[in-house]
Amino acid sequence: MTEVILFGLFAAVALAGAVVMLTARNPVYSAMGLLVVMFSMALFYVLLDAHFVAAVQLLVYAGAVMTLFLFVIMMIGVDKREDTAESIPFQRLITFVVAGGLAVVIIIAGYKAWVTGSDSFGTPDLVGTIETVADSLFGTWTIAFLSTVLLLTIAALGTIALALFGPTAVRETEPEDGA
Amino acid sequence: MTVTVAWYMVFAAVLFSMGAAGVLLRRNALVMFMSIELMLNSVNLTFIAAGSELGLIEGQVAALFVMVVAAAEVTVGLAILVAVFRRRSSANVDELSELRG
Repeated sequence: MTEVILFGLFAAVALAGAVVMLTARNPVYSAMGLLVVMFSMALFYVLLDAHFVAAVQLLVYAGAVMTLFLFVIMMIGVDKREDTAESIPFQRLITFVVAGGLAVVIIIAGYKAWVTGSDSFGTPDLVGTIETVADSLFGTWTIAFLSTVLLLTIAALGTIALALFGPTAVRETEPEDGA
Repeated sequence: MTVTVAWYMVFAAVLFSMGAAGVLLRRNALVMFMSIELMLNSVNLTFIAAGSELGLIEGQVAALFVMVVAAAEVTVGLAILVAVFRRRSSANVDELSELRG
């Protein structure tokens, strides 16, 4: 019963956070709404016995990614000038129809395709401790894990390249060309 | 009454569509990135709920991989955004429409 109460409470909190993220004019409020959603997600992971992923969720998303978002918001300035005028006719109506239709289609597809009671394979009452996750991550999925290492390295290199050879480098050479 | 995996699936579907609505509706590139993060998070929730239902650890491993890809995507995306902002001093995606066919 506590699980039901916790789920209902934090589902409502997460939905409220998502609505704040969608509707806030100020990007800082959007970031705070997303932060609330991330925390609720971590609680859902705990409810699903995925303790290690819940910890990683808090460290990586609520810690690193949201800090990066806030850093960039502060760096490029809080832009409140986002006009709410619709550049495409009926943009808002079309968005609500498309997003609502998407939700209905996903739920129907999941309802049709999801097979319950298939507990003939796998371990029942699985708890995602560091040990069980690491056994799988560094055992079966070693190649995939190493690929993510490569991906992160390439992403870091790309970011450095963007910062080094970005528009400022062009801007610095422009006056010399004119002179 | 217990919380079944279907509750998580429906909740994740709703969050995913809200993220999609954010990408379609907002014009601030930063908020669009946050909406994409919301969509990735809802997919993570379905992975973990399905893994918990089937008793497979692979659900949680897949969620970890999604987190890594999301971290890489945010890093590069925000770097591109900062580069665009330095040139245009605006994060509005409507002003970046020169590449339209």
